[in-house]
Amino acid sequence: MRSKYGVKQISVFLENRKGRLLEVTEALTEANINIRALAMAESAEFGILRLVVDNPEKAKNALSKSGFTVNEQDVFAVEVEDRPGSFNEVVKVLAGEDINIDYTYAFVGDSKRAVLIFRVADDVLERALKALDEKGIKLVEPIFFYS
Amino acid sequence: MWNSIEAAPREELEGLQSKRLKEMVERVYHLVPFYKKKFDELGISPQDIRGVEDLKRLPFTTKQDLRDHYPFSLFAAPMDQIVRIHSSSGTTGKPTVVGYTQRDMDTWTEVMARTYKMANVGPGDIVHNAYGYGLFTGGLGFHYGAERVGASVVPSSGGFTKRQLLLMKDFGATILCCTPSFALHLAEVAKDEGYDLKNDFKLRAGFFGAEPASEGLRAAIRDEWGIDYHEAYGLSEIIGPGVAASCKYGRLHINEDHFIPEIIDPDSGEVLPPGEEGELVFTTITKQGLPIVRYRTKDITTLHREPCKCGRTLVVMETVKGRSDDMLIVNGVNVFPSQVEHVLTKVEGITPNYVIVVDKKGVLDKLEVWVEVDEKTFAGGIGALEELKTKLQNEMLNELYINAKVKLVEPKTLERSMGKAQRIIDKRPDAK
Repeated sequence: MRSKYGVKQISVFLENRKGRLLEVTEALTEANINIRALAMAESAEFGILRLVVDNPEKAKNALSKSGFTVNEQDVFAVEVEDRPGSFNEVVKVLAGEDINIDYTYAFVGDSKRAVLIFRVADDVLERALKALDEKGIKLVEPIFFYS
Repeated sequence: MWNSIEAAPREELEGLQSKRLKEMVERVYHLVPFYKKKFDELGISPQDIRGVEDLKRLPFTTKQDLRDHYPFSLFAAPMDQIVRIHSSSGTTGKPTVVGYTQRDMDTWTEVMARTYKMANVGPGDIVHNAYGYGLFTGGLGFHYGAERVGASVVPSSGGFTKRQLLLMKDFGATILCCTPSFALHLAEVAKDEGYDLKNDFKLRAGFFGAEPASEGLRAAIRDEWGIDYHEAYGLSEIIGPGVAASCKYGRLHINEDHFIPEIIDPDSGEVLPPGEEGELVFTTITKQGLPIVRYRTKDITTLHREPCKCGRTLVVMETVKGRSDDMLIVNGVNVFPSQVEHVLTKVEGITPNYVIVVDKKGVLDKLEVWVEVDEKTFAGGIGALEELKTKLQNEMLNELYINAKVKLVEPKTLERSMGKAQRIIDKRPDAK
């Protein structure tokens, strides 16, 4: 299932200094990359920008060319109804399988739907996808992001 | 082995040293006013020096002496016999100038040929020489030696990393000569450019020198390129590269039939016995242009006289641990940059590039070590990075007894050196 539902996420390590994020967004704009989802994790001195984009290969090349070091991971996405309790249902399934969530971020799709992105360790990814699928939770194929 | 003297019995070697030393002392006393004055002040005449055992009676020469006699006043040969002049960059004061007669050039080429023989370099080898050509002795020293052993030398000099890689690949370079930091830089760029380091290149060995390199950095160069690592030690004041080179057993042999080494206590100036660590001092016994008596290198090392498995009887020096003037004193603790580097190279998740920043915070010294995060590491997220930082700080506390603050910086942002790497930024008001 991983090959079907694995979504490529790009991570960029950023030192915490003025204008650094702008350099990332400029590079992506210049390459005509559309950011579909993003999250920023930060500590006092540095941050990690995580991106799901419409063309991961192109984005990686554009960022490398601008001198950023980028890294790619597999994450997965699920689509839920935009109502109280739906995030809870997904987390409950993963907790029930004893799967640790490294991090998660979400965005609202249209007025009724929300998309949740999850990162779990690579060796439990397959198991996570299977469990969610069995419980009837809708997994999102990467084609939804790339295009 | 290039010359049988490298494996001569010790008595023969010491006999030769004594004979050459006596001649040299006569020459400098009569030809260089600076030495005549120094000898006279100490009440020594050249006849008092009967052999190497009397070396310790002679006065020291320092870098400052060379600067004070800028440019040519310490030369012992008339200018019409000087065929080559090299000079330091002079970034820390007046440049130091060195001059060579034709015989000095022959000596230099000879010791460089011995260096190359450490890796059996000869006809059929392609030597890619990325040491800087010019006033710096590295480029031309390695150049002449390569020609002497009959190899094909590519005088690429520094810079233009991508073009250098292309030439190394297309020409089928077998031997690489450059600074350790540049060797690593070449490997990084090669990977970025999509080369397969071990299959696209024919390198089998390299000669690395002109700056200190920790065992970790050496291992990284060996592993990345899949080559034998030979260390080349030298300094322009003595002759340039070729003063010492490491054999296949990794032992750094000094060409002591031309340069007599001693180890002294840097504070008292007393000579220390073999096996003890101190400042390395050289006396050149065959040079004509700029003969030097007991030159204080400021390099901290140890000498060993046990015979080597390679068959050479030449004395062995340990890899230089640091320079007596590079030593940082941080809140009373002595720290050499090489020790910091050693700790860093043992921890996974960072590149071997680093900068040490020392500053004052109130009355206390504050040490920051900036290291580049490895490309793979930050995929693990903030937690993994914080863990890495803590681990590095703990290692430095445990191994070096220093409280350093580690700052993780973006990969490939710390300056790569083409020549000598700048590893220390000392912002303390009383810093040199």
